[in-house]
Amino acid sequence: MSIEDLPPHGADRTGQPVLEVDELTVTFTRRGEQSTRAVDGVSFAVAPGETVGLVGESGCGKSVTSLAVMGLLPRRGVQVGGSVRFDGHELLGASDRTLRRLRGADMAMVFQDPLSSLNPTVPIGTQVTEVLLEHRDMSRKEAVDEATRLLDRVGIPDPARRLKEYPHQLSGGMRQRALIAMALACSPRLLIADEPTTALDVTIQAQILELLKELVVDTGTALVMITHDLGVVAGLCDRVHVMYAGRIIESADRHELFARPRQPYTGGLLASVPRLDGPRGAPLHPIRGSARDVIPWAQGCAFAPRCDNAQDDCLTEVSGSTVPLEYDGPGRELRCRHPLSYPSTPAGATASGAAR
Amino acid sequence: MTAMGDLKRQRIDELAARAGQVPEGEGGVSLTRSAYRRLRRNPVAITGAVIVVVFLLVAAFAPLLAPRDPYAQYLLGEIRPGFIPGGREGFLLGADELGRDLLSRLIVGSRQSLLIGVVSTVLGVVVGMALGVLAGAFGGWVDTVVMRFIDILLSIPGLLMAISISVLLGQNQYSLMIAIAVTQVPIFARLLRGSMLAQRDSDYALAARALGIRRSRIVFGHVLPNSLSPVIVQATLSLATAIIEAAALSFLGLGDPDLARPEWGAMLSNAQDFLSVRPELAVYPALCIIVVALGFTLLGESLREALDPKFRR
Repeated sequence: MSIEDLPPHGADRTGQPVLEVDELTVTFTRRGEQSTRAVDGVSFAVAPGETVGLVGESGCGKSVTSLAVMGLLPRRGVQVGGSVRFDGHELLGASDRTLRRLRGADMAMVFQDPLSSLNPTVPIGTQVTEVLLEHRDMSRKEAVDEATRLLDRVGIPDPARRLKEYPHQLSGGMRQRALIAMALACSPRLLIADEPTTALDVTIQAQILELLKELVVDTGTALVMITHDLGVVAGLCDRVHVMYAGRIIESADRHELFARPRQPYTGGLLASVPRLDGPRGAPLHPIRGSARDVIPWAQGCAFAPRCDNAQDDCLTEVSGSTVPLEYDGPGRELRCRHPLSYPSTPAGATASGAAR
Repeated sequence: MTAMGDLKRQRIDELAARAGQVPEGEGGVSLTRSAYRRLRRNPVAITGAVIVVVFLLVAAFAPLLAPRDPYAQYLLGEIRPGFIPGGREGFLLGADELGRDLLSRLIVGSRQSLLIGVVSTVLGVVVGMALGVLAGAFGGWVDTVVMRFIDILLSIPGLLMAISISVLLGQNQYSLMIAIAVTQVPIFARLLRGSMLAQRDSDYALAARALGIRRSRIVFGHVLPNSLSPVIVQATLSLATAIIEAAALSFLGLGDPDLARPEWGAMLSNAQDFLSVRPELAVYPALCIIVVALGFTLLGESLREALDPKFRR
């Protein structure tokens, strides 16, 4: 590598994002039916060692985004637009062969349900060694040794014996550990975790998150965490993108987001979490309506039908333009015309001032 | 009090240490071995297996077991219109319409019947599965072409097809096997394709794709093994129908051209003229067919349960 090849200002290459998603759109079309836009102009980037959370309720486009990034959406009936760059290389439109070589080796994914994500008729060991044999130049014997080490690393006791067992013989937490071992087998530079703790009980959730933190974040792997669990976000993510109806509506650092949510939707999500320190019998604070009560983004803010702050100019026909995702103070972006404001704190005041 | 507490503590640790050790042979057990273990405990499976094994043994050692020459017309002299000799000393089940020993013919006939059943089913399974994998793995236009071909095969009544094929290929036992196999092909192809399609969209197939596993490996290593159990069950059921179908074809005179060679289906069809004289001539071969078919069905049914990992304990 010559001097000229180095990035300017002697900046470390590790500073460059591993994954850049730019204006990603995913449209599902069916003959004779109206097409559905599941992801509508989503942009974000993930740097090495960084954990980015995609948060939102079911149906907001989180999982479709992750599948689009991995190139796992079916070809038929799906249009993917925009750009997904891994390490500077465009992935959209890349050949199946290229994608297959990247998947598992450089980018990997952990799915929601550990039982159905493992093949019930194949022993765990075979499923782990399979990944190693596919991407690494290893003999079967070496692969088995490596698989044993991997299972040991993700905290599965007695790994040599577990290798011979079938998925149904493992507990839920152990299955998810095995899946993480498979995903990390070739030390990928990007890991996408699609609600990895949803199917597990709370104590196991904490262990799995701890494991991800230790094995992914601490080794410099970039992590995209897809979740609807704000507890997971609070414990793991550096940056958070809140999604609603296929678009990012608020982006912020974790601390900022929890301290001062600006989008009424984010505020509603945080308020809806039951509190242990509240008075006994205190009512919960749900967001009214359901995720089905949306209006198309072209006609106004999709969250407006459920929003307490909604006003006339949330609709395109009144304001004359769709609600944009705008700068909202350092490190923050917001898609809202009537955000929550925090006059009592100086930081909140400047933020709300910038928005006006 | 403290000493007592220490003792209890010690005992608990001891038990905990022991519980940590896993006895040899427990834990990771291969799929086939645990399936075999469960089969052994299942009375239905044992009944089926015993029936199948007994018939296979009889077929294998038929020449040794048959008390007499199945071709010799020992009692021809005694046969008159309206009379066929029944069971007696040396002829346990009596004679057939040509004075041959019925028991010996049943025993030797098991060879031909089982051979036709097994060979035609294996042939049908192999060809049907190949087509099914092709359609299920590739999808798209390959799927369309294969499945329309299967639809054409299915639209012709099975027996009619079998008759046409055995007439076309000439009257011998091999064309009989091929004819029966061809009628089985569409069943296996459809079955495998259907269950592969269901498995192809499963989470573990997606997870394997997300790990960059190549398609051939996903199809043969993941999707196919999970799609096999309906095929295995259908194969055992088909074995039974193949024997019955072979009997039907023999009955229509499309079986073995060597009319003297004993075969249950042919025996059954020959017996029709003498039903009023000696119904046993039809009853015994029919019984053999039913029992063998039952044996394979029982075995197949319990095999399916045993092979299904979800039933494993």
